[in-house]
Amino acid sequence: MIKDITIGQYLPGDSVVHRLDPRIKIILSTIYVIDLFLINSFLGYLYVAIFTALVILISKIPFKYIFKSLKPILWILIFTGVLNAFLTPGNVVAKVGPFSVTDKGLYLAAFMVIRIIFLIVGTSVLTLTTSPIALTDGIELLLNPFKKIGVPAHELAMMMTIALRFIPTLIDETDKIIKAQKARGADFESGNIINRAKNLIPILVPLFINSFRRADELALAMEARCYRGGEGRTRMKQFNINKNDYLALTVMLLFVVISILSRR
Amino acid sequence: MEYMVEVNNVYYSYRKHEQDKEHLALCGVNLKVKKGEFVVVIGHNGSGKSTLSKHINAIYLPKEGDIFVNGMNTRDISKLWEIRQTAGMVFQNPDNQIVATIVEEDVAFGPENMGIDPEEIKRRVDFALRSVKMEEYAKHAPHLLSGGQKQRVAIAGILAMKPKCIILDEPTAMLDPSGRKEVIDTIKKLNKEEGITIILITHFMEEAVDADRVVVMDDGKIVTEGTPREVFSKVELLKDLGLDVPQVTELAYELRKSGLNIRQDIITIDELVEELCRLR
Repeated sequence: MIKDITIGQYLPGDSVVHRLDPRIKIILSTIYVIDLFLINSFLGYLYVAIFTALVILISKIPFKYIFKSLKPILWILIFTGVLNAFLTPGNVVAKVGPFSVTDKGLYLAAFMVIRIIFLIVGTSVLTLTTSPIALTDGIELLLNPFKKIGVPAHELAMMMTIALRFIPTLIDETDKIIKAQKARGADFESGNIINRAKNLIPILVPLFINSFRRADELALAMEARCYRGGEGRTRMKQFNINKNDYLALTVMLLFVVISILSRR
Repeated sequence: MEYMVEVNNVYYSYRKHEQDKEHLALCGVNLKVKKGEFVVVIGHNGSGKSTLSKHINAIYLPKEGDIFVNGMNTRDISKLWEIRQTAGMVFQNPDNQIVATIVEEDVAFGPENMGIDPEEIKRRVDFALRSVKMEEYAKHAPHLLSGGQKQRVAIAGILAMKPKCIILDEPTAMLDPSGRKEVIDTIKKLNKEEGITIILITHFMEEAVDADRVVVMDDGKIVTEGTPREVFSKVELLKDLGLDVPQVTELAYELRKSGLNIRQDIITIDELVEELCRLR
């Protein structure tokens, strides 16, 4: 059961979107998110919907994966919608007990919900089409210019890489520990929530101790392979921005201009 | 310079816990390894063999005495990275020495740290993966490989740094028999074909049979050394140290003890067969 956990939600593919430079994709997603907050009309969101749907079609991601990514935030959506509908002052449309729904509230609620949905869908397209490693590389390269003002770009990327590398290893280990404890009579499936939480302690303690030992050994192995931080380091994989990337950037800018023109 | 590694009268001690008294891990170790030699170090747990191996990579510095790697003193801080590049080190647990999430990226880790040109790194990675016969797994995730394959990736990661010497600290201890064979075959091939000096630390006696020299350690000292034949013929000494000899050697030893007139220095199955046939 524990093995089913996947890291990120990358869907390998070979579409134009998949092949874009990760740096460009991160920049495009950022522009998209900013644009979402600039738009203030439903017409604008109609443009966004068409644009996003087109991008998803080009990237060949099945729509069900997009909907899947919305599932975890369903409650946030409902909460935001209800809160906005009830708490915005305006002309009362309906009354539920002591609370009243206003016309402005409904308008704002719809707005907010749509905005959050596009936010998630847009960023999902990024994580669905970019492997975690490419994302890490992209973030490192984008942060590189900020090294001068003290942003630890290389260290951040290295931490992310090591985390990605060790998640499957630690999942395997957790599985082993659970089995070992079960074999000695530990019960993880019954009892109330507090008892179950307590039962996790005999899993977490060995897991933590082992991870520290692993970290120690890994540090040693890295030093033995001449690791001394990002200084003077080269990378095997080189990223090249080609005409597809420029094209994507142009399309995105065009879209931003159109959607901003729709502002009221 | 004739020697790849020169260990001159080295002492090393450490404390396991703050309040413990100093534990002498190495006391007066002398070892000279020739270029291109295949040396196996055996000894039971706590004999100091692992500590010695970490000295050669300048992870530990001796309390007394000196260690030279290809003529460079490990105390010389300015040579530290050159030493680590010359004498690469492979550790016991393959999981804990693989850094990247893709095999070829992990192999590239060492050369990347050395600041080598990307094109050259690519060539080295291809070469290293071919040398350990893992080229078809270049794009795989390391956690999906078997233990033996992971350890070969780790060896490739060292190879890509173009070392002159590889130190392997019980590389087969966590592997199953087939994984063990893969790794040992790879090591032997590197020694023969690439001329890389190998220092293999192990407690599997069978792995020592094909070495140029076997060094036996106990309690921080080198007890005996010589060709595998010389060392394994001292069955009683090894047993006193709590070590095994290869199974055939043991069988020959027992047969000899019970009165059979066979040679004392048998280390392979073929030799024993020959001896037994000669008896009739």
